[in-house]
Amino acid sequence: MTYEDILSDLIESDDRFMILTAENRAAIRNLPGKIGEKFLDTGITEQTLVGAACGLALRGRIPVAHALATFLTMRAFEFIRTDVGIGNLPVKLVGGFSGFLSEANGPTHQAIEDVSIMRGIPNVNVFCPSDEEDMLIGLPEVLKSESPFYIRYNNLIPSVKHSKDFTIGKAEIISEGNDVTILVYGILLKQAVEAKEILESKGVSAGIINMRCLKPIDEVAILKAAENSKTLVTLEDHFLTGGLYSILAEIFLKNQITKKVIPFALDNKWFIPALLNDVLEYEGFTGKKIAERLLKEISG
Amino acid sequence: MDKKRSEELKQTAFKVREHIIRMSGNGGCFIGASLSCADLIVFLYSEYLNISKENLKDPERDYFFLSKGHDVPALYGTFAELGFIGKDRLKNHLKTNDDIYWHPNRNIPGIEFHSGSLGHLISVAIGVAIDCKMRGMKNKVLVVLGDGELDEGSVWEAALVAGAKKLGNLTAVVDRNHFQANIKTEELIPLNPISDKFESFGWNTFSCSGHDFEEMKKAFSGIPFDSEKPSLVIAETVRGKGLPSIESRADRWFVNFTEEEVDMLLKELHGEEKAKLTSDTIVAR
Repeated sequence: MTYEDILSDLIESDDRFMILTAENRAAIRNLPGKIGEKFLDTGITEQTLVGAACGLALRGRIPVAHALATFLTMRAFEFIRTDVGIGNLPVKLVGGFSGFLSEANGPTHQAIEDVSIMRGIPNVNVFCPSDEEDMLIGLPEVLKSESPFYIRYNNLIPSVKHSKDFTIGKAEIISEGNDVTILVYGILLKQAVEAKEILESKGVSAGIINMRCLKPIDEVAILKAAENSKTLVTLEDHFLTGGLYSILAEIFLKNQITKKVIPFALDNKWFIPALLNDVLEYEGFTGKKIAERLLKEISG
Repeated sequence: MDKKRSEELKQTAFKVREHIIRMSGNGGCFIGASLSCADLIVFLYSEYLNISKENLKDPERDYFFLSKGHDVPALYGTFAELGFIGKDRLKNHLKTNDDIYWHPNRNIPGIEFHSGSLGHLISVAIGVAIDCKMRGMKNKVLVVLGDGELDEGSVWEAALVAGAKKLGNLTAVVDRNHFQANIKTEELIPLNPISDKFESFGWNTFSCSGHDFEEMKKAFSGIPFDSEKPSLVIAETVRGKGLPSIESRADRWFVNFTEEEVDMLLKELHGEEKAKLTSDTIVAR
């Protein structure tokens, strides 16, 4: 099963679905031939893409619209906020090459505020799967939901066997730990797993939670982790502002609790343009570097 | 169109103008743009579009999108006259107990989609037009744009896409009143020649007076529905049309008139003495 299989199955079984793109076909290269007029490419026109998706939704369609995450969420931001958000239309926005996945494209292409700005729009939900398997598990429910969704697409090879049990707004508890719990979304789950192995080898009990949805957020899972672990870690290829670290701050303030939280995020900076592994190394996001920093900060 | 029908439409538009003038006090409205497109909107709903109180949910109805949302008093006035909403409801203008404010809200029967931010609804209309075409339905999809709105890049992006997708069921109408806010369009960012621009994007273009019903009838009946091209109608209008004291005035864009001024303007509309307006000009909104 691939992303394209899920989409073509949906299109075959449910007349409402349509696949749109603003000339980015990376994730859907084989679909045009298969689904005919249910495929609509508007060219490099993110605003028109989102506007037209809303028009289709007004006619009862569920458009699944693709573009590079940066240009989808930022060039077309006001269309998403004003037409998808205020309209509360079931438009599914699929952003490709988000976070570190833009690799060597440089800061122009870095969608590292996408979660922040999408979750800030009333009605718009945010799904950030960790890899292809995780994405495919969640997609049917996300796509069939009546809500608008921003999907941080990625098709990486899974680093864990995922639970098939998916509910919008529910995190996946990978493991529990008394000393540290790493809260993570998207591609960095792999690095979280690597870091956990190192931590455990040093006698640190570490848990991992794959957040899956950043909105609605699994507040229960976060509060439970805060209760059961001495330290929480947020791990995200996103700006420090507005992402998971901020979400934790919001939840803790709301519940009037404080907690030691160590964030791994991009603090007021863009990341070095390079191939993924070199980016992780340079920015301190490899499993090894994460574990090293945590060992230092926990013991200190 | 015979003289009798034309007179009937004039009468309806007259009543719509009365509604607009009443909405120009007590908080006010964008009166200039509302008056410029009042005849156009009355014509479209009465003579051109298949939209009625009875078919507002029918998937085969025609679609009307007001992309220049700030002239919604003209649309609400028309809705009141057509019976989509009760006339009394217009008294709720700007009140928190209803959804009648300076831009369209979808909770009002007849509003297909909200607007207010310029340059949006032509692309929304594209999505609707594509779906109607896919389903083999004969709906006409029409979007009204302001001339100032044509400054927005998203209009041209959408125009390019509509041409490329050969949307013969899509028509855009420009309310060409030659003003944007408190400035003349040709003095700020010249738009002429509008028709050449759209034609080069693969559109049919037409022009007519936006106040003369017979001329509008002729121009709109010439739009070829099954052509492989979207159509553009440039409706030449006068901002503030019907009220000589504010017609074609750059400083009467948004207004908030006093009760006395509203009364004087209603009399002016009826051909009585010209209103003596003393309230602030160039009100920013």
